[in-house]
Amino acid sequence: MIRMTLRQFRTEGVISFGLLAVLAVVFVVTGPHLAHVNDAFQSACKAAGDCATASNPVLEVDPLLQSALPFIVTVAPALIGLFFGAPLIARELETGTFRLAWTQSITRRRWLAMKLGLVGLAAMAVGGLLTWMVDWWASPLDAVNKNRFDPSNFGFHGVAPIGYAAFAFVLGATAGVLLRRTIPAMGATLVGFVAARLAVEYWVRPHLAPPLHESLSLLSTGFGIVGLSASTSTSSLYPPSVIIPNAWELSTAVVDKSGHALTGQYFFHACSAYRQFPPPSPAAMQAAHAACITKLAGVFRTVATYQPGSRFWPFQWAEMGIFLAVAMALCGLTYWWLRRQYG
Amino acid sequence: MTAVLKANGLGKRYGRKWALSECTLAIPAGKVVGLVGPNGAGKTTLLHLSVGLLPPSTGSISVLGARPGTTSRQLARVGFVAQETPTYAGMSISDHLRLGSWMNPSWDAKLAEDRLARLGLDSHQKAGEISGGQRAQLALTLAVAKRPELLVLDEPIASLDPLARREFLQGLMEVVVEHGASVILSSHLVADLERVCDYLVVLVDSRVQVAGSIEELLATHYRLTGPRRDANALPSDQQVIGESHTDRLSTLVVRTDKPVLDPSWSVEQLDLEDLVLAYMSRALEQDRRPKLEVRP
Repeated sequence: MIRMTLRQFRTEGVISFGLLAVLAVVFVVTGPHLAHVNDAFQSACKAAGDCATASNPVLEVDPLLQSALPFIVTVAPALIGLFFGAPLIARELETGTFRLAWTQSITRRRWLAMKLGLVGLAAMAVGGLLTWMVDWWASPLDAVNKNRFDPSNFGFHGVAPIGYAAFAFVLGATAGVLLRRTIPAMGATLVGFVAARLAVEYWVRPHLAPPLHESLSLLSTGFGIVGLSASTSTSSLYPPSVIIPNAWELSTAVVDKSGHALTGQYFFHACSAYRQFPPPSPAAMQAAHAACITKLAGVFRTVATYQPGSRFWPFQWAEMGIFLAVAMALCGLTYWWLRRQYG
Repeated sequence: MTAVLKANGLGKRYGRKWALSECTLAIPAGKVVGLVGPNGAGKTTLLHLSVGLLPPSTGSISVLGARPGTTSRQLARVGFVAQETPTYAGMSISDHLRLGSWMNPSWDAKLAEDRLARLGLDSHQKAGEISGGQRAQLALTLAVAKRPELLVLDEPIASLDPLARREFLQGLMEVVVEHGASVILSSHLVADLERVCDYLVVLVDSRVQVAGSIEELLATHYRLTGPRRDANALPSDQQVIGESHTDRLSTLVVRTDKPVLDPSWSVEQLDLEDLVLAYMSRALEQDRRPKLEVRP
């Protein structure tokens, strides 16, 4: 049955591992250059003492790869679900070959276990290898950006994509068994996978561990303004994004000692320059803004709610675990459904 | 007498519709069994139940003394050729033989290769590119080469042209003679079965109408023609299967173990086709009768 499963998986397997090999070549060719540019910059800026402010040229290397890779790693598990998972059993059901397969001397349970187990392992290997290669290639970029915990980056780092791949694959197989047709199963897999990823990202991952709070001086964080008016009661002041390196910022707020948010009234009272019409000259405005921040900083502080960078790996393992657990549950559902329908 | 298939109150329901109901059967071993009935009678359902592709809704079924499809040993003892003989279109004929050897410990590679060689099939051809007749032969080869004790075939010849049909049945009979397997074969054409079967099961409207060895069935069914009379007036050992009357004449189909002695009848033997037809029309009439009775 192992050979049978591998024979049926041959086309998909050759294509996906072939694509991985092509990517590996691209990475081996371009990766060292990326690291070299970064190393050169680090030693140059250390000598000049401007590492904090100077822009790192590594961010400008291979722009096409830099923008394409997150996309590829994000989309890969969905493709695995669509092309490994959905046809796995649905194709047998729609062409009738299940009647051939299930009347050989192999019990249905073993047939299903082999199919889900072996192709599932292949799916996880593809997801894991791809992510590992991209992680390796992009490590200089992550060192500069310090944002791999951010939701926009979390999903294509570490081990979580292994869980995504396993889940997408089993979801595809399950949809195929329930819908009995490959194309509808593919549609359902895509919708289900995107929904699951978003649900975990927005509703589960932020609550895996209680977030930490950090209070920072307004003087160090600075702030910008969105849609603030004298009539609004709560402020829309926001600090610039990366305050805590490598952390996942859930939210930031500008509040006073007892936790009350900065109100519009208070803001315009403290910063009268913003009320003037016509506005003062840019130079005068800048000076007024600085004075205003100093004044506000005496009362208000920036409070960041965040998951610290040290939790990156625990969160990665937890996310992988969640998706693997759901995948296992779907395996059970598939087996139960096949037993119910086909004995 | 060991039963190759034993069903007790077996039924299968899809939603509210019964595909097979109250099926009680005991088919002896060593027979070539023809399962006849119109399309939609429940033949495929019964065969799928017997190879473990469907769970029964009620009752029980045992094949070769065990529940179908539950263990790999049980699966190895039953070969199945499904309707429309499904094969993997993208795989070559030799791939299919390999598949058979991988998935069946009792695989007889020589038998499979010899059979295909005799049929003149090119083993590099893809299963999706060969004719329906060749595909049926390939499916039969797969089922036979696992050396089953029972071979179940679901309408294997329905989609074949007359020549392919004859070749297929010939191949099947060779297998039966050489390896002594029992066979259950379904068809909606009696003529096809007459040549190869020695046991008959008639299934109409989800119910078994009659089952028995063909020899015995032919020896116990008669067509009686004579002056008009009520079918209820017959001796109790004569079971009326069908009746038709004109003003003066009655024609009855009866089943009886004893000879018909009444000299007023002209007695005729039935051929298999007439016998099956009599049971089919009886089933259709029984279907209609209750509806007429409830009418005010």
